[in-house]
Amino acid sequence: MEIHKYEKWWMIFGTGTLIVFLIILGVSAFHGGTHPNNSKWTINYENVDQIEPFNNPGLHKVEGKDWDYEVVLVAQAFAYNPTEIEIPVGSKVRFIATTKDVIHGLEVAGTNINMMLEPGYVSEKITTLDKAGTYTIVCNEYCGTGHALMYSTLKVVDNNDNN
Amino acid sequence: MTTTKETVQSTATSSLKKQLEFVDKKDGKLALAYIYVAFIAVFLGGTAGLLQVLVRSGKFELPSFLNYYQVLTVHGVLLGLVLTTFFIMGFQTAAVSRTSGTFTNKQRTIGWVGFWLATIGLVAAAAMVLTNQASVLYTFYAPLKAHWVFYLGLALVVVGSWITGLAQAMRFVQWRKEHKGQSTPLLSFMAVVNNLLWFIATLGVAIEVLFQLIPWSMGLVERVDVLLSRTLFWYFGHALVYFWLLPAYMVWYVVIPKVIGGKIFSESLAKLAFMLFLILSVPVGLHHQFTEPGIDPLWKFIQTVLTFFVVVPSLMTAFSMFATFEMRGRELGAKGVFGWFKKLPWSDSRFLLPFIGMVAFIPGGAGGIVNASYQMNELVHNTIWVTGHFHLTVATAVALTFFGTAFWLIPHLNGRKLTKRANSMANCAGILWAIGMTIMSSAMHIAGLLGAPRRSAYSEYGGSEQAAEWISYQITQAIGGSILFIAILVITGLIIYLGFFAPKGEEEFPVAEVAPGAEKVPAALENFKLWGIIMIAVIIFAYTIPIIDIIQNSPLGSIGYKLW
Repeated sequence: MEIHKYEKWWMIFGTGTLIVFLIILGVSAFHGGTHPNNSKWTINYENVDQIEPFNNPGLHKVEGKDWDYEVVLVAQAFAYNPTEIEIPVGSKVRFIATTKDVIHGLEVAGTNINMMLEPGYVSEKITTLDKAGTYTIVCNEYCGTGHALMYSTLKVVDNNDNN
Repeated sequence: MTTTKETVQSTATSSLKKQLEFVDKKDGKLALAYIYVAFIAVFLGGTAGLLQVLVRSGKFELPSFLNYYQVLTVHGVLLGLVLTTFFIMGFQTAAVSRTSGTFTNKQRTIGWVGFWLATIGLVAAAAMVLTNQASVLYTFYAPLKAHWVFYLGLALVVVGSWITGLAQAMRFVQWRKEHKGQSTPLLSFMAVVNNLLWFIATLGVAIEVLFQLIPWSMGLVERVDVLLSRTLFWYFGHALVYFWLLPAYMVWYVVIPKVIGGKIFSESLAKLAFMLFLILSVPVGLHHQFTEPGIDPLWKFIQTVLTFFVVVPSLMTAFSMFATFEMRGRELGAKGVFGWFKKLPWSDSRFLLPFIGMVAFIPGGAGGIVNASYQMNELVHNTIWVTGHFHLTVATAVALTFFGTAFWLIPHLNGRKLTKRANSMANCAGILWAIGMTIMSSAMHIAGLLGAPRRSAYSEYGGSEQAAEWISYQITQAIGGSILFIAILVITGLIIYLGFFAPKGEEEFPVAEVAPGAEKVPAALENFKLWGIIMIAVIIFAYTIPIIDIIQNSPLGSIGYKLW
């Protein structure tokens, strides 16, 4: 099959660009550890309130782990528990979240903390909160009439400012 | 001087030619039936879209008998599923009849059976949505549970399209038997590839609906495996977009060159592009599930790679389009690097509307690469950026091509003319669309990057500063959306005019020829068995392990919820 010279150049350039993109993504994910939520932790979604750590939602300081804090979030139509979280800026945080009923989203708006919460599964994300500010946590997956009223607030605070 | 004998002969030749160039009236009726349903969907779905942007602007509230998510379900089902499937089935029926020949009575009857099944299914699903028993959006979202009739209705729409698609394939097979060893007509070949792609892709959603959602919504089983249902949906859900896109490519590859007076750049490359779409369109669905738990990162990444490779046939298409334009422009005496640009028939709606679509597909496709970029998806997943993205791809590249096609296809099929004034109105609609969509889609992209969620009614999120920022973009979206609605009114008016009031006459169904001296298409490209086997093999490779994994590790299934 004949392929025009310019078309060959175009295809080599185009496919080459795609391959470069893929290498950047692959190295960043598998070497740099920038994966999206891939948690395989499953639970009984009907007993979320009795199961650790969801029996105690909120912010927890932890010792001896790679991260400083754990945020345990429980979603249900149409609210998050807790409704407000305050974390010092620069903390490394592990978000652990699940749902008690239908599918919800958990998006810390304006950041790359963005996960689906599905019944029976726990979603996780480890990240460093390096920019102070007030972030709205929104449900970004349709869950019913009150979907747009479902939110929580994450305050990343600079303690030096407060002193 | 012409002798009588010669006159008779030339009349005979021209009537034979006429038979070849015109779609048979009976086939045309079937095609028109599909196309009219598609445009009823455009009008109603577009009205729903207008209501949505107005609600999200915060300046308007829906009457109490309407729920925002019900309106959103109407918009998604009518435009994502009905407009597309019905227009495609109508267009492809006409295209196969035009290029492979008139359907036999049996083939045409099969085509009609498909149409009525799909239409009955549509009415059943619509009844459920309108009575607020199915506000689950067209992506279903189990464990939200709709009335079982909604799922069954949509399944019938799909089954109907399989049956009409089968009629098209039968006509194509008949042509191949009658013309052994010849290259198949390009337009028919493309329609059959698209039907095969559609059939294999819809198997996923068919399994989800028939074996999971219907038994569960009827109460025969108590629980549903949510992650499995989503994975089956997205197995279908991304191939769906190629099912939308390929008919637009058919117009770009075959109709547009004829409209501008040129030839097909390369039939072989066009057929290769379609076969690449066939093998790569389905095994990419996990890229809609990057932020979901329970799926292995390795398989998410493998499908990222496959998604990137499905860009390749689009790159080929872009080259072919611009090569055709440049060659034709130079033939008309264009000078310099970009002189050919001025020689294109800008005032011809058959060209202008699809051309605007092509331009929109450049940022649309680039945005798609961002969405499919594994971890980068975290920034945009389920934000209104994604809505902005597919309003450039399906709602501009595909939709404007379909509109620009309908405006000549309807008069071709019912023996009327696309008049000069109708052509100008069509151009107006295209330009309004371009303006409205640029405003709306840009505002959606920016708001999405700032975190604004998609599929959400108006909300101030308790006075959040971030939400206040999103709302200013939502007002911009309402302006763009209102302009789009005006375009929809013009389009609806044109369809009614062309369908029932335009002057009688003959309108061409443009089908370009291959450039003289072009080499024969390699036989391997016509071998559906070969490409079909590769297609199945890639799908089995990309999906077997993730699906086994999901089933083996599945938690307790979910009962149904009706939260609207």
